[in-house]
Amino acid sequence: MRIIKNNQVQDDEWSLIVTVDSGDTIPDGDIIIPFKYWKENQTTLDNRVGKTAICINGEDRIEDIVSFITQFDLIALEFPAFKDGRCYSHARLLRDRYKFEGDLRAVGDVLRDQVFYLNRCGISSFYIRDDKDIEDALNALKDFTVTYQTAADGALPVYKLR
Amino acid sequence: MYKYDNYDKTIVNERVAQFRDQTMRFLAGSISEEEYRPLRLMNGLYLQRYAPMLRVAIPYGLLSSTQMRMLAHIARTYDKNYGHFSTRQNIQYNWPRLETVPDILAELATVEMHAIQTSGNCIRNVTSDHFAGIAVDEIEDPRPYCEIIRQWSTFHPEFSYLPRKFKIAVSGAGHDRAAVHVHDIGIFLSKNAEGETGFKILVGGGLGRLPHIGVVIRDFIEKKYLLSYLEAILRIYNLFGRRDNMHKARIKILVKAIGAEKFAEMVEKEWEQIKESVLLLDDKEIDRVKSYFISPGYQIDAENDTSFDKNMASNKSFANWVKRNVTDHKAAGYRAVYISLKAPGTPPGDATGEQMDFMADMADQYSASEIRVTHDQNLVLGHVKQGDLFSLWTELNIQHLATPNIGLLTDMICCPGLDFCSLANAGSIPIAAQINKKFDDMDYLHDIGDLQIKMSGCMNACGHHHVGHIGILGVDKKGKEFYQLTVGGSAAMDASLGDRLGPAIAKADVADSIGKILDAYVEIRQEGERFLDTYRRVGITPFKDSVYAE
Repeated sequence: MRIIKNNQVQDDEWSLIVTVDSGDTIPDGDIIIPFKYWKENQTTLDNRVGKTAICINGEDRIEDIVSFITQFDLIALEFPAFKDGRCYSHARLLRDRYKFEGDLRAVGDVLRDQVFYLNRCGISSFYIRDDKDIEDALNALKDFTVTYQTAADGALPVYKLR
Repeated sequence: MYKYDNYDKTIVNERVAQFRDQTMRFLAGSISEEEYRPLRLMNGLYLQRYAPMLRVAIPYGLLSSTQMRMLAHIARTYDKNYGHFSTRQNIQYNWPRLETVPDILAELATVEMHAIQTSGNCIRNVTSDHFAGIAVDEIEDPRPYCEIIRQWSTFHPEFSYLPRKFKIAVSGAGHDRAAVHVHDIGIFLSKNAEGETGFKILVGGGLGRLPHIGVVIRDFIEKKYLLSYLEAILRIYNLFGRRDNMHKARIKILVKAIGAEKFAEMVEKEWEQIKESVLLLDDKEIDRVKSYFISPGYQIDAENDTSFDKNMASNKSFANWVKRNVTDHKAAGYRAVYISLKAPGTPPGDATGEQMDFMADMADQYSASEIRVTHDQNLVLGHVKQGDLFSLWTELNIQHLATPNIGLLTDMICCPGLDFCSLANAGSIPIAAQINKKFDDMDYLHDIGDLQIKMSGCMNACGHHHVGHIGILGVDKKGKEFYQLTVGGSAAMDASLGDRLGPAIAKADVADSIGKILDAYVEIRQEGERFLDTYRRVGITPFKDSVYAE
C-alpha cells in the first residue's frame, strides 16, 4: 500500500485491519488492529510473527490508551468521515502531552484538503482514500508557508517571529 | 486599525491560491460536492436558492474607507451592485458567479480582506462592540484582543472540523452592544479585586433551534492566559461536542447536557496542562497589537464649536436625527454617528455600490477614514466633530442614509429570508417592507421609543428573533408562510429570550399584529417606560389578548 510519509509517496508494509471479530484468524506480518481488539487479545497477538499497531477513533479516550503507547511503533487515527475532527485533538494530545514519538497515521476518509491541518496536528503518515490521487494529495503539505499559531509541529506563533 | 505585514499578506495570498485550486478541482470534477462543501463554506461561499452567496469577513466590524471602496467595486463588478451587512458584522454578496469567487478573493486580498472562516464548522469571524475604542463606558478597547483571537483562530489546524460552527464575541464595555451573551464564547474585559484588567468568560450562548443565554464559567482570567483558556474550551468541545445530530452539535447543548459546572471543571483541568505553554500571551505582543488601535488625533478645540447647538435649536429634522442616530464619545467635542441602513423601501442592512463609495468619502472627510459595522446591520462613523454633524447629516440625507430611526421600531434586524436563502421557510424582507409601510409616521415611532424588532426566516435565527423585544420567526405551514411572534427578548446586558405570544399568524397580518401589541403597550405603559420594561412588569397576557382577541 502507498502512503504519504516524510514528504513523499512511498510503499508501506503495514496491513490495516479495519474490522475484526473475536474468532477471526489474524495473519502474520505487521498489522494495524483496532485498539479494543488489541486490548482483549494481547497474548494471542504477541505470539504472532510481526509487529502490531493499534487504530483508534474519535470514540476512544486518549487517557485509556496512554499507558500502552510506548509499546507501539505506530498508532493509526481513524477518520470515519473527513469532517469528524476529534482525531485532530487526539493527535495533538499524543504528540504534545504524551510525547508519542512513533508514526501517527491518518486512515479512513483521508483527503488532500485536510492533509495540511492533519500534519500540523502531529500526524506523520497518511493513507489517502483509494479513489484519490495520492501524488496530488502530497501537494497539500505546501499549501501554506506561514502559520499563525502553534501546534504539534512545534511552530512558533507567528508573532514571535515578528 | 490593524495593518497586515508580510506574514499576514502571505497567509491570505496563499489562501486565495489554495481556494482557486480547490474550486478548479471541483469544477473539473475531481472533488465531489460533498467534499467541496466544507471547503467553500470555510471561505464563506454558499450555494443558495438562485445563486451562490459570498460572505466576506469584516473582522470585529472595522473597515477602512479603502476597504469600503473595494466592497463597492466588488458589488458593481461581480454582483448586482449591492451588498448586505449581516448580524455578524460581515458583508454578503448575493449574486456572484462561482467561478469568479477566486478573483473576488484576490481583489479583497489587495486591501487586506478575505472570506476566511465566515462559515463552516470552525471558529468564525470574531465580533465586537461597534463603539470599541470610543465608548464612554469602556474598561479597555477590546479590538486588540479580537485581532489576537483572529490570528490564533485563523486556520487553526485542530479546530477546523468542529462539531458545529463556533462564534466568539468580545466587549470591553459596561453595555452589551455585541450580543455577547448569545455567542458560543462571550468575553468581557473585566477587573479583578486588585484592579487588574483581564477577561470574564461566558460559554454556551447561542440562538438557532435551541436558544441559550451564555453562562459565566470564569469570572476573571489574566490576559496572558487568553489563548490557552480558549484553546482548552475548544479542545473540550472538539472532543465531546455531539456529532451524531447537527441540530444538537453546538457547544450550548454540551454545556447544558453536562452542566456548566462540570464543563468548567473539564476546561480548567485541560487548561492546567497548557496554560504555561507557548500559548502564553506576552505583554510585548499585546502592546504591539494595541499600537494599531490608538485613537486618531482628536482636536482639542472641537468642543468650542457653537454651530451644533444653533443647528439643533433651529432645525427640527436635524435635532431628531441627532437624538436617535448620534451618540456620546469619549473625546470632548466628538460624537459617534450611526448611518442607518434601515431606510423605508430598502431591505434592512443593504447598501448599494454608490452608497458604499459615498460612505467611504464621508469617512475620509469626517471620521478618520474609518467605518464600523454594527451587529444590528447599521454602520457607524466613529470620530465625527460636533461642528461637522450638520454638514454630514445634510450629505447623508441626499443618499437616503439619514433615516432618524436607530433603536426605533423600523430599525429592524432582518435576515435575507426566502428571497435568497435556501434554508428559509418564509420571507423576511417582504415583512420588513410591510412593517415600514404600516409604521411610516415618524412621530408615532418616536413616541413608541426604543423597540427592537428582530426577524428570521427560519429557526436558524440569523435574524436573532429570540432576543428581539418583539421577535418574528418565519415558519412554513403546509406550504404557506406564517409568522411566530415572541415578546420580551433582549440581547443587552439584561439578555433574555422572548416568550412565544401564541399561534403563528398569517403573512398579511404581521404588521397589524405588531400594531396591536403596541396599542396594548401605549395603554399600559408608565411614564417613560420602554416597551421591554412594560412587558417585564406586566407579562404576556395584555399583549396576547390584544393580538388574539376575537
